[in-house]
Amino acid sequence: MEPFTKLHGRAAPLMRANIDTDAIISAQAMVGGQVADPGKVLFTHWRYLPDGAPNPDFVLNQPRYGGTSVLVAARNFGCGSSREHAVWALTGYGIRCVIAPSFGEIFYDNAFQNGLLLATVTDEQAEHVADTLAQATEPDVTVDLETRLIILPDGRPLTFEIPGERREALLGGLDDLDLLRARTGETDRWLETDRAARPWAYPQRKAA
Amino acid sequence: MIAPATLFEKIWASHVVSAFEDGRAIVHIDRHLLQETTCEKAFDGLGRRGLSIRAPDLTFAVIDHSVATTPGRTAASFPPTRNSIEAMQRNCGVYGVELFDIDDERQGIVHVISPELGIALPGCTLVCADSHTATCGGLGSWAWGIGTTQVLHVLATQTLIQRRPKTMRVSFTGRLPAGVFAKDLVLYLIGRHGTAAGTGHVVEYSGEAIRSLPIEARLTICNMSIEFGARSGLIAPDDSTIEYLAGRPFAPRGADWDSAVQAWRALPSDDDASYDTEIAIDCTRIRPQVSWGTSPQDMIAIDETIPAPDAAADPERRRVIERALAYMALTPGQRLEGLPIDYAFIGSCTNARLSDLQEAAAIIRGRHVPQGVTAIVVPGSTQVKRQAEAIGLDRVFRDAGFEWRESGCSMCVAGNGDMVPPGQRSISTTNRNFESRQGPGSRTHLASPAMVAAAAVTGRITDVRRLMG
Ligand code: SF4
Repeated sequence: MEPFTKLHGRAAPLMRANIDTDAIISAQAMVGGQVADPGKVLFTHWRYLPDGAPNPDFVLNQPRYGGTSVLVAARNFGCGSSREHAVWALTGYGIRCVIAPSFGEIFYDNAFQNGLLLATVTDEQAEHVADTLAQATEPDVTVDLETRLIILPDGRPLTFEIPGERREALLGGLDDLDLLRARTGETDRWLETDRAARPWAYPQRKAA
Repeated sequence: MIAPATLFEKIWASHVVSAFEDGRAIVHIDRHLLQETTCEKAFDGLGRRGLSIRAPDLTFAVIDHSVATTPGRTAASFPPTRNSIEAMQRNCGVYGVELFDIDDERQGIVHVISPELGIALPGCTLVCADSHTATCGGLGSWAWGIGTTQVLHVLATQTLIQRRPKTMRVSFTGRLPAGVFAKDLVLYLIGRHGTAAGTGHVVEYSGEAIRSLPIEARLTICNMSIEFGARSGLIAPDDSTIEYLAGRPFAPRGADWDSAVQAWRALPSDDDASYDTEIAIDCTRIRPQVSWGTSPQDMIAIDETIPAPDAAADPERRRVIERALAYMALTPGQRLEGLPIDYAFIGSCTNARLSDLQEAAAIIRGRHVPQGVTAIVVPGSTQVKRQAEAIGLDRVFRDAGFEWRESGCSMCVAGNGDMVPPGQRSISTTNRNFESRQGPGSRTHLASPAMVAAAAVTGRITDVRRLMG
């Protein structure tokens, strides 16, 4: 995984609560298997009109927010399904950080597995960031993971929350799988004990 | 003396392979279920790294999300998903995973078949890249939804890194009034406490009302844990659980069965165990629930009126209500009862088991779906379909003007071509009423199977208690 240290980029406010994974990427866009360009189907039903033309009212379609890499949202962003496609759609579009007061739990895990930083702030802070962006001539922010700071367009800093292990994994570009694979010896020993203690938990199956 | 522990704490303790200093742990996964729309990249990941599956004997796969439900279906029946279905068939063959394929008698929605086949067991960990995996908590399995990257972790190591969640107990006291079902309990809970109330918690549902529920109804409650914000929900195993599991194809047998039962008897939370959060719900006050908006927390009883945005103290909430009302083409203060519908859908991992179909059939017998309404039943599994046919339920539904389909997720997620057209109104036994969930522009009202049946045969959202004899 690519390490994440610092990001400077365009930030767009999308201040709706409970933005669900179906809104981020619709089932119709993801069920067909590997999506060639997941960034293109991000927020499909909001971003495009029924005839496929861009919806000029949607924030990401406004010229001012072209090339957005940071999203600011309200409570419970990414609630709903477990589809990791939601994260791939965001990163595919170029989003590298989402700032919000809270996130759907499975989405939260998925994001960090893909190097997408989720920065947790309070409700008031999220509103404040959104207002500042709306008023700024250049709605750009700097997100510094090392210091856990978001520098707003007016130059003011704001501290965000992130669990220590998530921060370290992102800073170092560490992958859970490498960690798990390094510990398989422990799993082997655990299994030996567990198979004896819970023989019923291991089904007798014919080879598939 | 051993400290008193909750059901969840006991399962956690028995699955920690090793603990990190920061509070996270590596936990062993006893059962891994795969569905076709979320695991293709994980198989690719195995291939790229030259890895094999660590425990094929603990891995099961099924095709459910994107498969057509029309009679005589094949992988090719809905062309847009053919490639992904074929990739699943191929990957399962290459990596030696048992697949309940489209034409397999054991095929069905993943969370319907894992209890039905005895794959989910009390006290076991179970994961699937699908958020409604929590369903299996109805049997006392610690079951939760994961993402595709974590599927790769489980395939390769049969373990996952987890932080121990907080514990919550939701106690349902009192008995269910007539016309009120398990679905109404969980919808009411979400309506009252919101879709984020359970975040960070494992929720244990308990109380007199839960104890008296049959297993299928318990699965319905746990199923919607995710709409309550929790990744998993649990109900302690008891006599009903043990009776339900006995003789199921993948359940333990012989001496293993005896030691399993002994272990399961020790699982319920100790009397003096404590929880991080407690909620109590008085069931005697609950009436049939229907959602009015685009979040499962937008919920009212059938005899209540839709809230006005002005009534919300929080400006953000006001915006959300306004937006939802506009999307649903409804007005504040309006009643849902009497609202004409275009579609009635009985299906999904929430409410498409045999008892759900029976509850719906009891309402429609001797009645008929009016002109202009499309009513569809999609059984939760091929086995459910067979069992329903064996007792003549298919005839009851067909005679009433319902379509009787093959099993799959269908119109719950609209990923297989079954869709509610834009702007049309659907009442549905599913779990999500998000914008465009049942098809672009679709409008969804969530309710119990009995309420959906009542609406189907009257053509309008109807208080099912009026139709009950
Ligand atoms: S029936 Fe619906 S909620 Fe259940 S697994 Fe299928 S798509 Fe998900």
